Amino acid sequence: MNLKERLLKGDKRACARLITMLENNDEEAISIIKELYGYSGNAYVIGITGAPGSGKSTLTDKLAKEFRKRGKKIGILAIDPTSPFTGGAILGDRIRMNDLTLDKDIFIRSMGTRGSLGGISKATWGAVKVLDIFGMDYIFIETVGVGQSEVDIVKLADTVLMVMVPNLGDDIQAIKAGIMEIADVFAINKCDLDGADRTKLEIEMNLDLSEKKDYRPPVVKVSASRNENIEELVEKIIEHRTYLEKTNKLQERRKKNTKLEILSLAEEEFISMIMNKSLEENLLDNLAESVLLKEMDPYTAKDRIMSLINNRRG
Amino acid sequence: MDRPIRVLVAKPGLDGHDRGAKVIARALRDAGMEVIYTGLRQTPEQIVQAAIQEDVDVVALSILSGAHNHLFPRIVNLLREEGVDDVLVIGGGVIPEEDIPGLKAAGVEEIFTPGTSTKDVIEYIKNNIKR
Repeated sequence: MNLKERLLKGDKRACARLITMLENNDEEAISIIKELYGYSGNAYVIGITGAPGSGKSTLTDKLAKEFRKRGKKIGILAIDPTSPFTGGAILGDRIRMNDLTLDKDIFIRSMGTRGSLGGISKATWGAVKVLDIFGMDYIFIETVGVGQSEVDIVKLADTVLMVMVPNLGDDIQAIKAGIMEIADVFAINKCDLDGADRTKLEIEMNLDLSEKKDYRPPVVKVSASRNENIEELVEKIIEHRTYLEKTNKLQERRKKNTKLEILSLAEEEFISMIMNKSLEENLLDNLAESVLLKEMDPYTAKDRIMSLINNRRG
Repeated sequence: MDRPIRVLVAKPGLDGHDRGAKVIARALRDAGMEVIYTGLRQTPEQIVQAAIQEDVDVVALSILSGAHNHLFPRIVNLLREEGVDDVLVIGGGVIPEEDIPGLKAAGVEEIFTPGTSTKDVIEYIKNNIKR
């Protein structure tokens, strides 16, 4: 049996191998996805994001268990940072999810960011497709621990769950632009800690200031490690899904995201074209040297590279 | 090779000491590998499932409890039962010299005992992965 058939038959090794191949930009994997793309579309994608140590992995574990109780098949993509210096990574999210490993209807994959700075890796888009075709009902994507502006998850997820913890900053943090704006559901984890109510209040007050819409992100206090309020959180996630589906906003959101995906695929290829061109005959190196010696400015150097690409195409 | 080598660092059995596993994990990370660490007290079944889902090139087992003669072969056999034949299985920890031939015969391809330099482990992995 080939990879394609094995994936459709539910073979986890085939699923895992395809994700590896996509991570390594393997052409064969891309052609398999092209062929099987018609099988995708069933899965609902939930992004789980938040600061390092906020409890995303533990919460993902608990959410997965709750969805499994409801008979759903779950794929989990857990992203951790890749070293910009060595390309190595420690992928440690599974430590919090060991109970899930032997469940035949759960598939967990750890991924390094491999140079992406938006909180997920480039291959995450492909991995979601593999898990979708594989037959998962829900796909959780756990981002790297984020700071303020790693918001790529919103380009891939149907629902973004923002995991907050008490006492990470004053109320100014709550009104800053960026990460706080992408949440569809807020979870305040470690709600047994002092300050949880205050954090909830600050988020609610910030939401009060937003333009009135027909959907307002709910703020749910949970404790992942104590397994408290997880059911309520799942309900809120499902309410968001229902809202998107009833108002046709799910299609809108997916269309917007698909446009971004197509553009970013094109961008990626374009960038690698530029990289390849600029590395030919030490061009980039020579240009940098000229710029340093003030024989040239960086804008002119850029024009030189671009002209090579334009020439090749013309 | 341009793709990173993926390694599962796993602690089978009941001992609660993972300093060594963490040192290895960190060294492999610095050697440019993607290291999946699953934490303490893993069953052979969990390790094998994690190895499959993570599609690793290497399973690196660390053990200090003395149960290696039982646990290591069990993991190799489970991998074989699942049809996994392209993963390098290595082990390390407090393992007496006289146990090493038996473990190798059971399919653990190399055993690293205390005092091994992390460089040697890295070199060994780079030279022996199967794909």
